[in-house]
Amino acid sequence: MILFIAGTAALVVAMLLVLARLYLGPDLYDRVLALNSFGTLTVLLLGYIGFLTERPDFLDIALLYALINFVGTIAVLKFFRYRALGRGLGSQDGPEA
Amino acid sequence: MDMSLLDLACNIATGIAFATGSFFLLVGAFGIVRLPDFWSRLHAAGVIDTAGAEIILIGMMFQTGWDIATLKLILIAFLLFITSPTATHAVSNAAFVAGLRPQDLKKDETEQTLSDVPTAAIPYRSMLPESEPAAPSKSSSGEGSA
Repeated sequence: MILFIAGTAALVVAMLLVLARLYLGPDLYDRVLALNSFGTLTVLLLGYIGFLTERPDFLDIALLYALINFVGTIAVLKFFRYRALGRGLGSQDGPEA
Repeated sequence: MDMSLLDLACNIATGIAFATGSFFLLVGAFGIVRLPDFWSRLHAAGVIDTAGAEIILIGMMFQTGWDIATLKLILIAFLLFITSPTATHAVSNAAFVAGLRPQDLKKDETEQTLSDVPTAAIPYRSMLPESEPAAPSKSSSGEGSA
């Protein structure tokens, strides 16, 4: 148990540092990068919580969060490049279609 | 006797994995805060995503025994191993296409090479606005092949 508490402490420190970059980041891409790292750290925090409370159901939430994190990063990048999410990536129509 | 020895070995392995993983996490987070520009912060983010997270997940696997939780941890580790470098690559590709360059760049050699990049590397460049530094002849030829 002491192993998980120590790991959680280090993880929370890392999350706070990444949050500082998320707040300070001078550019959009710095923020997206920090957000992606913060999502990875959140997956690890969910795993730690599952072990600390001895409820392995938290691993399901961690698995789902890993999926959502990846899709969310790609969605944010696509939105800020094309200013729209609905257009299919394989469309040949150009930006005005 | 034998089982307690196995538990001790698993605890030691978990401790080593958590120590190294937390070290990588802290190094990556510190690098994300302290490194000077975006292209160097990418390296620190890569350290967090692959080294830190994977080693910590392997350390958690030693604590579950053979269980359904081990399978879930393996799935999470596999998923992070695939998606995190992909997301980092997508962020860096978007920043590169948007025109972000390293801080102390003396001479931007990518102004010529960006128009020579095959359209497979920047697949939707023909959809970008005209202000992008893309060669119009290349993008028109790329539309036919894509």
